Amino acid sequence: MTAIATSSVPPRAVQRRATTESPFVRTLLIGTTFLFLGLFLILPLISVFAQAFAKGLGFYFQTLADPMAWSAIKLTLIAAGISVPLNCIFGVAAAWLIAKFDFRGKNILLTLIDLPFSVSPVISGMIYVLVFGAQGWFGPWLMDHNIKIIFAVPGIALATIFVTFPFVARELIPLMQAQGRTEEEAARVLGASGWQTFWRVTIPNIKWGLLYGVILCNARAMGEFGAVSVVSGHIRGQTNTIPLHVEILYNEYNFTGAFAVASLLTFLALVTLALKTWVEYRNNELRGTAFTPVPIGRKAG
Amino acid sequence: MRVLPGFRLTLGYTLLYLSLIVLIPLAAVFWKTSTLSWAQFCHAVASPVALASYRLTFGASFLAALVNAIFGLIVAWVLVRYKFFGKRLVDALVDLPFALPTAVAGITLATIYAPNGWIGEWLAPLGIKVSYTRLGVFVALTFIGLPFIVRTVQPVLEDLDPEIEEAAASLGANRWQIFWRVIFPMLTPALLTGFALAFARALGEYGSVVFISSNIPMKTQITPLLIMTKLEEFDYAGATAIAVVMLVVSFVLLLAINLLQWWSSRHHASSLS
Repeated sequence: MTAIATSSVPPRAVQRRATTESPFVRTLLIGTTFLFLGLFLILPLISVFAQAFAKGLGFYFQTLADPMAWSAIKLTLIAAGISVPLNCIFGVAAAWLIAKFDFRGKNILLTLIDLPFSVSPVISGMIYVLVFGAQGWFGPWLMDHNIKIIFAVPGIALATIFVTFPFVARELIPLMQAQGRTEEEAARVLGASGWQTFWRVTIPNIKWGLLYGVILCNARAMGEFGAVSVVSGHIRGQTNTIPLHVEILYNEYNFTGAFAVASLLTFLALVTLALKTWVEYRNNELRGTAFTPVPIGRKAG
Repeated sequence: MRVLPGFRLTLGYTLLYLSLIVLIPLAAVFWKTSTLSWAQFCHAVASPVALASYRLTFGASFLAALVNAIFGLIVAWVLVRYKFFGKRLVDALVDLPFALPTAVAGITLATIYAPNGWIGEWLAPLGIKVSYTRLGVFVALTFIGLPFIVRTVQPVLEDLDPEIEEAAASLGANRWQIFWRVIFPMLTPALLTGFALAFARALGEYGSVVFISSNIPMKTQITPLLIMTKLEEFDYAGATAIAVVMLVVSFVLLLAINLLQWWSSRHHASSLS
């Protein structure tokens, strides 16, 4: 008995050494993580606010109260206000289609929904110039009817819709696929109409996933730069969104002003991360590759 | 028999919205390029300025994805395996590059790495210039690609069965052998997927790079900026020709990522069974 007890000590020590790292390696790895993330994430974050307040609170609020800043904020809210609800409706419809029915070509459809994520923002803006611009497909017709899409608000909204296209859908599709069809089928068999089933059974089931998708979609919609830059035309007070306003101030060497406006977007990013973490905390199903464009339905793990 | 309604409605709406927003406008790129003759296309796509921009874009994206693969693996490992103060905060902050608008990332990185910036002032005496050079492009692309590897490796690492490591240990392997011969091969598909995602994202990146790069043709001009410059010069055919090259590369990468993901899930499933 005692022989077994004494002889079991060395193997256990060996096993611990072989299934965990030594304290030195552990400290080294944690240190590397903090150093890497500190240099690449935390320092830039602090820098935004340090630069924004470099000339004091007075200058900060003066920059934000500028009518040009206000019109940029308004336009950003309009663009997000159009693109988020539209992509939400699409996301729910696409998720219903893919999760509730079997049909051929589903995988192709999934890949196509993901497509906007793999297109460069500059190309995302450019495609609308090719369709609606002066030299584009509908350019002459639009000119005749005095409708402006490119270098105007509709173009900005379209570009924003494109870059945020997959966000809600890719959150809802795996969620609704995992939930299956039985609850909705039961509701139908018990006599509920299609819409009743949707509003009373499906929506309560997917509300957290929907909220999650909306949070991510909104963050990207408000922060998009490249695509919007192509279609905006940079008309001050008319077609400038917040990120474009940041660019203008920065290129005028008004660095403090640029960072003051950028601090709004940084604040939005931090709120997004906080909300996202909170939703993940409330609903464990959503933990994982949130922003990462891992192909839908084929997530690792 | 279908119990649930709405197949035609959702199929119709999904296809209509997808076509109007994504497919038809994307087709315009290929249509516009088809107005060029083959010689004109080659001239636009293989001009010295374009070739230099591909070299920079692909080179910097590859290096950035590589650096992220190494550090992303360490970050994922630390977040899954260790307990330490501020872990939840670190975990949430990893997604910052996704949440922070690229223009903001661009101006703040350019400022930090400028010769009088917080990091730049330490590098300047060593003769290292980051902002307004190719190194700056690499730094910006590293920033925006950072979360991809962490977020693809993390769930796989979380699901690894500790029994596998215990088995290896009981058979006499040391910690390094277990990591290198047992754990690392199981992480490879996820690591490659993350690498491909970070690489693909970096190729198209525009917002963060234009601020930290000096954007000089042949030297520090990335391909998306070259497209932008051509659009501003109203050279739409030239812009779309280069866009076609970028789109084809993106689609090939998307296909590769899909295959990797398929391999990853199969690999993952077989390692669990």
